[in-house]
Amino acid sequence: MDSIIHMWNQYNSLFIKGSLTTLVLSLISVVTAMLLGSILAFMKLSSYAPLRWVSNVYVEFIRGTPLMVQIALVFYGLPYLGINIPPITLFGMDFARLLSGVLALTINSSAYVCEIVRGGILSIGKGQMEAARSLGFDKTSSMILVVMPQAIKNILPSLGNEFISLIKNSSQVSVIGIAELMYTSDTIRGISFKPFEPLVIISVIYFIMTFIISLGVKVIEKKMAKST
Amino acid sequence: MKKRNIDEYEHFRPEIQPIILVSHISENFKSLEVLKDNDLYVYQGQVIAIIGPSGSGKSTLLRCINQLETVKSGDIYYKNKCITQGTVKINDVRKRIGMVFQHFNLFPHLTVLENITLAPTHLKKIPKEQANALAETLLTRVRLLDKRDVYPSMLSGGQKQRVAIARAFSMEPDVILFDEPTSALDPEMVGEVLNVIKDLAKTGITMIIVTHEMGFAREVATKVVFMDEGCIIAKDTPQKMFDKPENERIKSFLAKVL
Repeated sequence: MDSIIHMWNQYNSLFIKGSLTTLVLSLISVVTAMLLGSILAFMKLSSYAPLRWVSNVYVEFIRGTPLMVQIALVFYGLPYLGINIPPITLFGMDFARLLSGVLALTINSSAYVCEIVRGGILSIGKGQMEAARSLGFDKTSSMILVVMPQAIKNILPSLGNEFISLIKNSSQVSVIGIAELMYTSDTIRGISFKPFEPLVIISVIYFIMTFIISLGVKVIEKKMAKST
Repeated sequence: MKKRNIDEYEHFRPEIQPIILVSHISENFKSLEVLKDNDLYVYQGQVIAIIGPSGSGKSTLLRCINQLETVKSGDIYYKNKCITQGTVKINDVRKRIGMVFQHFNLFPHLTVLENITLAPTHLKKIPKEQANALAETLLTRVRLLDKRDVYPSMLSGGQKQRVAIARAFSMEPDVILFDEPTSALDPEMVGEVLNVIKDLAKTGITMIIVTHEMGFAREVATKVVFMDEGCIIAKDTPQKMFDKPENERIKSFLAKVL
């Protein structure tokens, strides 16, 4: 226990920097994943078969392959596609690595967000859509005015849980050298030759982050339940 | 009851244009033929009651009229415009045909008033005050003005259905379709909903009602249509249908329900 406190006193600035990187990475990724995932969900619900097909293939593939593999695929794959990112530094980190990390996390999370959004929409009984259509609303207006306001109540808590998953998954981008929290733990192990103490500290930090978000999710759930 | 000067002939009278004309429609669900070659002429101001055993295709026929179900063959005309060929914008037709559902389908995220004003404000671009006034008039007619700011989850089944009826009137349609409006209600609430429908029938609006309430059908309908196994078997005045049924199938059905 003493050694853990001693480690925190010695390296807390590094841990805090790593935590911030984790949070920023996760936040950017969850926002872009929500956008991409919603688009995929509407593609999957479309009456136009090619759109459904593309979305289905994407979601099945992403859910069926490990995140770490996807991270490596993106990082090593971008040059293959001819996308060469200039070696500029952003916040003391290589931009190419940061971009790969955010991209991989976004792509991975978007598949799960797609299913969350689609499930939320389908959970609204078809009677709602029929009632809106029978009044003369077209499909899009019915979605926006009647179905989505109700679906969001189911979708938001699940999205909160997806954000929590993303924070935990962000630890895997350490393998391409992004200096987030897990990478920081490895670095400190290298400096101090103490493998265990940094891991305990980052576990506590990860837990605090996810716990705060899960409290936020509960607050949102209560608010949604009140308005019905 | 307001006296109607439309004769209840079954055959087509070319000098009076039917508001709804259903012509030879057939419909399938997978391999089951749900509707077999049905014709129906509905004139403005009529109240048509569609009765028959479960699974006879009554609701399917009704839902074909506003295209919530599409027909496999045959045509449906609204005021002489064919709505089954895809040439007419169905959304515009639906603004003229209201519908009341068995399970109410009120919008739970909106108040009672907002449920009714949603369509007029968005589709007719009516200003809010005017739409609110219209909604309050409709709520008064269904005797629920005091519930205007309540959410649907706080209402009883009978109240929900009355709000649904008010909502169906919000676009001031020519025809209202009722799909078993009282079948999902507790018995003590059926009466209040039927009374509202009876009052509305007196205003002269065209109504097509699928119902199991025979007493109500006899009292309110100007024409009763009996369906069985996907076919319209008979179309008659209520007096003739209920008091002197000719067909054996109708006789045995009425014997079971009356």
